[in-house]
Amino acid sequence: MRLRWTRLLVYLIAWIVGLIWIIPFMGILVSSIRPHSEIVHGWWQLSKVHLSFDNFLKAWNHPTAPMGEGLKNSLIVAIPATLLPLLLGALAGYGLLRIRFPGRDMLFFLIVLLLSIPQQMVAVPLFRILLKVGLLDTFPGLILTHTAWGLPWITMFMRNYMSTLPVEVEEAASLDGANRFQVFYKIVLPLTLPALASVSALQFTWVWNDFFMALILLYNPHMLVATQRIPLLRGQYHIDWGILSAASMLITAVPVLVFVILQKYYIKGLVGWTMK
Amino acid sequence: MRTRQWLEAIAFISPALILIGSLVVFPAIQTLMLSFFNEEGQFVGLRNFAQVLLSRDILDLNRFPRHIPPWGAIPHNAVWILLHLPLVVMLGMILAVLLRDVKGASFIKSAIFLGMVTPMIVGGVVVRYLFDENAGVVNAFLRLVGLEQLAKSWTAYPDTALLALILGSVWLWTGFSMTLYSAGLATIPKELYEAAEVDGANALQRFLYITIPSLRPVTLTVVAMTILWELKIFDIVYTATLGGPGGSSTVLALQMYFLAFRALKPHLAAVIATFLTALTLIIGVWFVRSARRGE
Repeated sequence: MRLRWTRLLVYLIAWIVGLIWIIPFMGILVSSIRPHSEIVHGWWQLSKVHLSFDNFLKAWNHPTAPMGEGLKNSLIVAIPATLLPLLLGALAGYGLLRIRFPGRDMLFFLIVLLLSIPQQMVAVPLFRILLKVGLLDTFPGLILTHTAWGLPWITMFMRNYMSTLPVEVEEAASLDGANRFQVFYKIVLPLTLPALASVSALQFTWVWNDFFMALILLYNPHMLVATQRIPLLRGQYHIDWGILSAASMLITAVPVLVFVILQKYYIKGLVGWTMK
Repeated sequence: MRTRQWLEAIAFISPALILIGSLVVFPAIQTLMLSFFNEEGQFVGLRNFAQVLLSRDILDLNRFPRHIPPWGAIPHNAVWILLHLPLVVMLGMILAVLLRDVKGASFIKSAIFLGMVTPMIVGGVVVRYLFDENAGVVNAFLRLVGLEQLAKSWTAYPDTALLALILGSVWLWTGFSMTLYSAGLATIPKELYEAAEVDGANALQRFLYITIPSLRPVTLTVVAMTILWELKIFDIVYTATLGGPGGSSTVLALQMYFLAFRALKPHLAAVIATFLTALTLIIGVWFVRSARRGE
């Protein structure tokens, strides 16, 4: 009997905590689909409820910071900034794992250290370098930056994953006359598909959610990515929570979708990335 | 054969190394250099460090700790770690244990994990919204339970802005620790618990003497990653308060941005970046070494 009560208590606490965690998201969701007049005194007031997509339309076509354009720009940046480091990181991870050369362990350790550096450490010189080569305020500049920034962890992640693969298959293939690239492309890469899925999910989400790099590298109002537009939608004194909520929903929907589709790989990636 | 090995290594690794070298390592070294020079390009030793790290925005010893914030970015980051780290570690572990065998747990876990998927910039919007005087659900709750005097726009007052941000960041980041602890729990052999139960250990004892010690490596990871996250905190401060009011919720990363891109003082900004990097490297090296020792 006592056991039953503790069990009930655990259930109750668990659901209350779940509820507390979901309330802030509920607020954004509810505010985005109700008119301004109904939410100024609290989105949870349900005395009269009108549903409308006005806020989404206003956010999408906002005069100073249209979210439609921002989402498009975010996609233009995030897709190549996911695929490029994925390919280069897989190559480098394989090279670091299978080819012996002096200084390899040292190099690997340095790459690991790079993981803890804050973006602020590269900000000013990066700005100057991209300015000098004409890539400041361009999408390729930001894409290359995200690629370089993602490569250390992706390289490490891919190397760790590949180290769990049996080396005998590769050796058999090279005895049959396949060169390194053929072994990599035909044998290793297909076996690493789960790792590639994890990397894609995490890297895409991080690039999509990034604010700082975009903030310092993109200035043209038409090229701002979605995250840069959120602060612009917020007036200094008057805040339209409806529009801001709708914009937040739009920008959050994409990584949530990625998470829902690739949930298994997402969690595995996060756990593997930090625990190894 | 040796040359071929080298060529192969170069072919596989060099594209990644060139990009990392030119867009991460080289700029980082340049920032380090910048912090030791003045605008005329003269070497000034640690003078920039003294000027920046003892400035009011970074460490305000006239106000810290006797008055309400602003205390400067260093104390703000420190308070952030002191409050956020234990909360996130404890909440994550307790939630993972509680949700291990609850029906519908995957839904609750997903709800908590949503904070990890959400852009931090949206997290800042949510924090501000939560604590808004009229439209915010936190203040509505405070009024409901009779704490009328606490009901105000938390992000607009110097005594509460930092606290509101920290509480918001707990909400955003607990999904991380809970997820890692959940994964860690799955690796603890059931026999351990069964044996302890036979020996008469109650639930609390099993938690204290089996669960917590078995999760040690996970705790190490959670602590290291969480401190790194707290040191680098930027986005949610930028959207929720922009460091205000009056600098009362500013942090190191934000001050670096202001100095570099608003005040246009790259040499002074480099000091903050270097200082921040030194802190994160200490955590990083500590983590790698402890993780290796544990293997």
